[in-house]
Amino acid sequence: MATVVSASDQSRFIVPIGPQHPALKEPGHFEFTVDGEIITGASARLGYVHRGIEKGAESMNWTQCLYLLERICGICSHIHSIAYCQGLEKLADIEISPKARAMRTLVAELERIHSHMLWWGVAAHEGGFDTLFMYTWRDREIVMDLLETISGNRVNYSVNVIGGVRLDLSPEQVTKIVSGMKKLEERTKHYLEIVTNDSSFLARTRGIGVMTREEAQRLGAVGPTARASNVCRDVRVDAPYAGYHEYPVKIVTDTAGDLKARFVVRIKELFESYRIITNVAQNMPEGELKARRVPRKIPAGNVISRVEAPRGELFYYIESGGGEGPERIKVRTPTLPNWGSVLTMAAGLRLADVPMLLVGIDPCFSCNDRLIRLNPDGKQQTLTWQQLRDRGIEYYR
Amino acid sequence: MQRRSILDQLKSWARVNSPWAIHYNSGGCNGCDIELLATTTPRYDLERFGIKLQGSPRHADILLATGPATLQSIEPLRRIYTQMPDPKYVVAIGSCALSGGVFHGCYNVLGDLSRILPVDAYIPGCPPRPEAIIYGIVALLNSVRNSDQKITFTSDIELDIAEPVLFPRERGEITQPNRQPHADRYLRRES
Repeated sequence: MATVVSASDQSRFIVPIGPQHPALKEPGHFEFTVDGEIITGASARLGYVHRGIEKGAESMNWTQCLYLLERICGICSHIHSIAYCQGLEKLADIEISPKARAMRTLVAELERIHSHMLWWGVAAHEGGFDTLFMYTWRDREIVMDLLETISGNRVNYSVNVIGGVRLDLSPEQVTKIVSGMKKLEERTKHYLEIVTNDSSFLARTRGIGVMTREEAQRLGAVGPTARASNVCRDVRVDAPYAGYHEYPVKIVTDTAGDLKARFVVRIKELFESYRIITNVAQNMPEGELKARRVPRKIPAGNVISRVEAPRGELFYYIESGGGEGPERIKVRTPTLPNWGSVLTMAAGLRLADVPMLLVGIDPCFSCNDRLIRLNPDGKQQTLTWQQLRDRGIEYYR
Repeated sequence: MQRRSILDQLKSWARVNSPWAIHYNSGGCNGCDIELLATTTPRYDLERFGIKLQGSPRHADILLATGPATLQSIEPLRRIYTQMPDPKYVVAIGSCALSGGVFHGCYNVLGDLSRILPVDAYIPGCPPRPEAIIYGIVALLNSVRNSDQKITFTSDIELDIAEPVLFPRERGEITQPNRQPHADRYLRRES
C-alpha cells in the first residue's frame, strides 16, 4: 500500500473536496492527489466546526458544563454526558444507584441504535443506494420515538445529571421498548441480508479500503472501524462502566477489514444492543434515581473517564481546582484517531470510492474539531506561559 | 396595495412549488442536521412540498443553514450564498443559528447567522423538531407567495466578514465585546 504524501506537492493533480460537499453533511476539507482515477495521496483539513467548547466550559459551573458538553455532538450526546458525569462522580466520590446505572446503559444503547442506523442509511446514500437510505431512516423513527417517549426530546435527551439520572421508565414505556426492539430486530435481519447479499451494493463495499489488523493497531483505529479489522477492543468490555457489569456485551469482530466488514460489524452490534435493551428494560433494578447529596464544589484533582461511543472510544480528562467549575476539560472523540486510517486507506483506491470510504468510519466532524490551526503559512510563534496568560487575560477583558 | 402582474404571479408560483435547498452546517452539533435529514425521509417527507436537498449551491433557491457560524465557516457560507442564483432565501435552523445558543460566548463562534447573511426565516429549537422545520420552510414559501414586493437582487450585498486570526481584537476586526462571562472569570481570578 502506498504511503501518504503531502498534497501540497505541486507536480501532481490535486482534487479538492469540501468544505461544502454533497457527500458530506458536515464541513471538512480534503485534498486527494490523483494519478488519473487512482488516488496516490490524501490530506485533510479539519477545524471548520471548532467552536471553543473546551475553553467555554472553563467559564461555566459543573452543572452548566453538562449541557454544553452534551452539545459537542448531537448524534452521541448521551454518551458525552455519561463520560462527563462518571468522571465527576469519581472525583467527588459519589456512588450512583444500580437503577441509574441501568438507565444510563439503556439510553446509551438506544442511542447506539439510532446512530448506527443513521450511519448505514447515509453510507448507502453515498453508495448510490437511496432506497436503503429511505428504509433505514424510516425504521430509525421507531427508536427516535422510543427516545422521545423516555426523555421528551428526539436528539439531546438530558437524561444524565451529576449523581444519577433524571428519568424513570413506566410499565407502558417498557412494553413499548420491548415491542419496538422486536420489530427492529426483524428489520435489521433483513438489512444484514441486503448488505451481505446484494450484488450491486457488494460491488461498492467488498474488498474496498482494506485495513489489516496490524495496520489498524498501528494507526490507532477505534470502535467499529477497528473491530472490523479484527481488533478486539471495546471499552464496554475492557473497562465496563455504567451498567455493563450487570449487563455484559459480546464484542463483534470481523476479519475482512474492508467496507463490507464495517457494515456487518455495525449491524451485528445492533443485535447485541437489542438484547441488552430488552434485558435492562425488563429487569430494571429498584432504587433511587439520583444520589441524595451532590456537592456544588467538586474536590480538587483530575480524572480520566473512558466510554464506548457509537463510533469508538470516547475519552474525557477532567481537572478540578476544588471550585464550582472545571479548571480544564479535554475531550478526545473517536473520529479523530480514525482519520489516519482513512487517509492511509485512500491511497490506491479510485476517486469514486472516496465518499464511501470517508463515510466508512462514520466521521463526526462536530465531535473531532477540538482545535484549529491559525498559521497555515507555517510561521512559528513562541510564547511563554506568562505571555500567553497575559494575552488571554487581555483578550477576554 | 399594488396588483402584481400575471408574469410576477407566474414566477412566484413556480418558485413556491419547486424550491431546491442546499444545506450547510456552519459549526453546529449535528443535532439540527440529522433532524433536517430526517425531515427529508419517509416519515416527514419534505419532498411533498417540492423541496429537494441539492448538492450544488448553483442549483439552490434556499440555503438551510445550521450552527452558530464558527469563524472558519464564515467564508464558505459567504461563498455558498454568493454562488446561489437570485432570488435566494436563507433559513436559519436551530438555537445556535439564531443566537449562538449554548455556544454563546465561546471564542470561535460568531453566534448569529444574521450578522453575515440576510436571514429570511428563523426556526428555533435545540434541535427543532422535523415538524418545526417543515413549518418554518412552509412559512417562508407562503410569505414568498403572498409578497407584494418585487424580488430584490441581493448579490451585491456588502458582507461583513471576519478573518479567523489569532487575536482578532488586536487587529480591530472584532469590535463587539461579547466575551462577558469569560472576562468575569478572569477578573475574579486576578483579584
